[in-house]
Amino acid sequence: MAALLSLNAGLRVSLVVEIPSDVAYIERVVDLVRHPCAELAYNPHQLALNVPVALSEALSNAILRGNHEDPAKLVRVRVAVDTRALVVDIEDEGDRFDMDDKTRDATAPENLEREDGRGLFLMRALMDRVERFDANHGGSFGNIVRLTLSRA
Amino acid sequence: MSFSIKKEGEIVVVDVEGQLIVGNRQELKQKVLDELERGEKKFLIDFAQTGYIDSSGLGVLVSLSKKIREQGGELRLANLNDDLKTLFELTKLDTLFQISDTRDRALSSF
Repeated sequence: MAALLSLNAGLRVSLVVEIPSDVAYIERVVDLVRHPCAELAYNPHQLALNVPVALSEALSNAILRGNHEDPAKLVRVRVAVDTRALVVDIEDEGDRFDMDDKTRDATAPENLEREDGRGLFLMRALMDRVERFDANHGGSFGNIVRLTLSRA
Repeated sequence: MSFSIKKEGEIVVVDVEGQLIVGNRQELKQKVLDELERGEKKFLIDFAQTGYIDSSGLGVLVSLSKKIREQGGELRLANLNDDLKTLFELTKLDTLFQISDTRDRALSSF
C-alpha cells in the first residue's frame, strides 16, 4: 500500500474531451473524470457527490445556457488531476456571464420551491473553488468555468 | 438509468435506477404526471438504486411535489444514501420533503 501511495504521488493525469452540445454526453464525461480520481484514491464522498454533481452542473450550463444546444458548437473539457487536486476547465462558446450575479441562494425561503436556479449554488458548495474566465478558442469566444477540488 | 413504477396498495412507488439528471428528468416527470392524471394521489420515490442527482433532478422533484399537492396528493421520498442526504441538506430540500430511511417506513407513513 505504501509503495502504491508513493507511486501515486508522482502521478498526474491529463485529459482533453470535446463533446457536442447535447446533455446526453454529460454522464459519460462524468465517468471519464471520476475514473482517474478513483485511481488516485479520492474520498468516496468526493467521487459520489462533489465531482459528479458539480461537473454535471458545469456541463449542463455550458451546453444549455452557453451553447444553447447548438449542434455546431462544442463544449471542451480539460482535466488535470493528481494526488493534491482535481482541476477541470469547462469551455463553451456562449456569451460572457457574471457568476456572482447568476448565483442564487437556493436555500432562501423565496427560492426553496423554485424548480431552477440551484446549479451554480451547488457547484460552489461542492467545489473548493469555482472561477470563470474569458475563452478565446481560435477566434471564437466563450466562457471557461474552472472547478478546483483538493483531494480529501 | 431508468425508472420503474409499481403500485403498493394505493401508493405509486417509483424506483430511480442510476442518475437523475438533466438528460432524463423529463422522463421521470412525465411518468409521475401520467399517474397523477389517472387519479393517483400518493407517490413514493425510492432512491435505493440511485447514483447522483443534479440540480435539474432536484428541480423536478420540487415541481412534482407542488403539482401533486395541488391535486390534494403527496410525494414522499425514501432511501437517500449519505451523499444524497448531504445534497438535500445543502439545498435545504430536506425541509420540503418527508424523507424515510426505508421503503417500508415510507409506505407505512402515508
